[in-house]
Amino acid sequence: MDPKELKRVRLVKRIAQEFPDGALVNLGIGMPTMVANYIPEGRTILLHSENGFTGLGPAAQKGKEDQRVVNAGGQPVTIIPGGAYFDSAMSFAIIRGGHVDYTVLGALEVDMEGNLANYMIPGKMVPGMGGAMDLVAGARNVIIAMEHVNKNGAPKILKKCSLPLTAKGEVDLIVTDMAFIRVTKKGLVLEEIAEDTTVEEVIKATEAPLHIAGKMGKF
Amino acid sequence: MKPILTADKAVEDIKDGATLMVAGFMGCGNAFTLVDALIRKGTKDLNLITSDTAYPDVGVGRIICQNRAATLTASHIGTNPVSGQKMNSGELKVTLVPQGTLAERMRAKGAGLGGVLTPTGIGTAVEEGKQKLNIGGKDFLLELPLGAEFAFIKAEVADKYGNAYLPAATKNMAVSMAMAADHVILEAEKIVEAGELDPDRVTIPGVFISAIVQSTLPASNLQLKA
Repeated sequence: MDPKELKRVRLVKRIAQEFPDGALVNLGIGMPTMVANYIPEGRTILLHSENGFTGLGPAAQKGKEDQRVVNAGGQPVTIIPGGAYFDSAMSFAIIRGGHVDYTVLGALEVDMEGNLANYMIPGKMVPGMGGAMDLVAGARNVIIAMEHVNKNGAPKILKKCSLPLTAKGEVDLIVTDMAFIRVTKKGLVLEEIAEDTTVEEVIKATEAPLHIAGKMGKF
Repeated sequence: MKPILTADKAVEDIKDGATLMVAGFMGCGNAFTLVDALIRKGTKDLNLITSDTAYPDVGVGRIICQNRAATLTASHIGTNPVSGQKMNSGELKVTLVPQGTLAERMRAKGAGLGGVLTPTGIGTAVEEGKQKLNIGGKDFLLELPLGAEFAFIKAEVADKYGNAYLPAATKNMAVSMAMAADHVILEAEKIVEAGELDPDRVTIPGVFISAIVQSTLPASNLQLKA
């Protein structure tokens, strides 16, 4: 596995440890989807697919696709035993009503107040928010899975988001290839660092001020 | 009993400038036969309301790509690049609505409610121009009901009273849209006699349905893509 991929695996593995047995979880497209592959042994979680079911299973095998069963990205998937189908109004009632325990999403920017920008870059990328705004406003815990810095090496964890917000003050945890950061009322708390980095390096790669936890964990 | 019409007859009354809801999610659950008939008829300047605009050559995506819509209300247009191009060129007026808000606004219309209060969009561009209410110490946006003159719904089975069974993940926006639109055209793969569809398996009660059309095109975007 290439080093970048290894870092991603480490990150999603760390997030997977956050879910208690039986949690209902909604995973965003891309890196967040990988989290499902690393649920610790002995725990089961139920995945929610916002287009209309719980019990989202793996991608459908080639030749066995059922066009009536797709995920929120439109790809043919499967439903596990114990799953349930419903319509969009029910699906988003489940989300907004606080019945989804965790959502994991990517981010373009996140800031020290737990604000999230992940759905548009004005003039460049305007795909629409889809279900992201409902998920971030409604899920009990919002976890951001992302690279610590952008393609140009600039911080993505900012004092204040500059892009249009997906939601205000809803982010609970930020997990990156470098750090595990909790959003608290007093600001961002660096609780753990990746095994191949240092606290100093994390601080350097982060625009927002970080409180350093008394006991620093590693992942 | 509801009229069983040909697709061409069913879309006859959809005039230029009409407001149309099309159920489906990334093509899954789109009424392909009805969309095809509407495109053949040449209706234009539609005010289209849909969850997303699927893919350029699939279902509801064709309405965008063949220049039949003047406005679009949707939650996601990212999988159909033509929607974005037309939005940027000013050819298509696009209103982006959070997906849950879209479903609930249509449901509110069909349920006779004056709107819904949602936390979604608070502190974002979505709240612009909307009334904010504080209920129990928490801020909510007042989102207004959303209706349409017509809706296209796709079912696997319909009985002659319009009761419809929509399997698996094809339900998505269909229930809310069937409630919200004045004239709901139901495309069904199989049309059965009253009594042949178990009342316990009805996803959408026939009370919302205006006419039934037999599907003649493949049900799936996967099949269409193959």
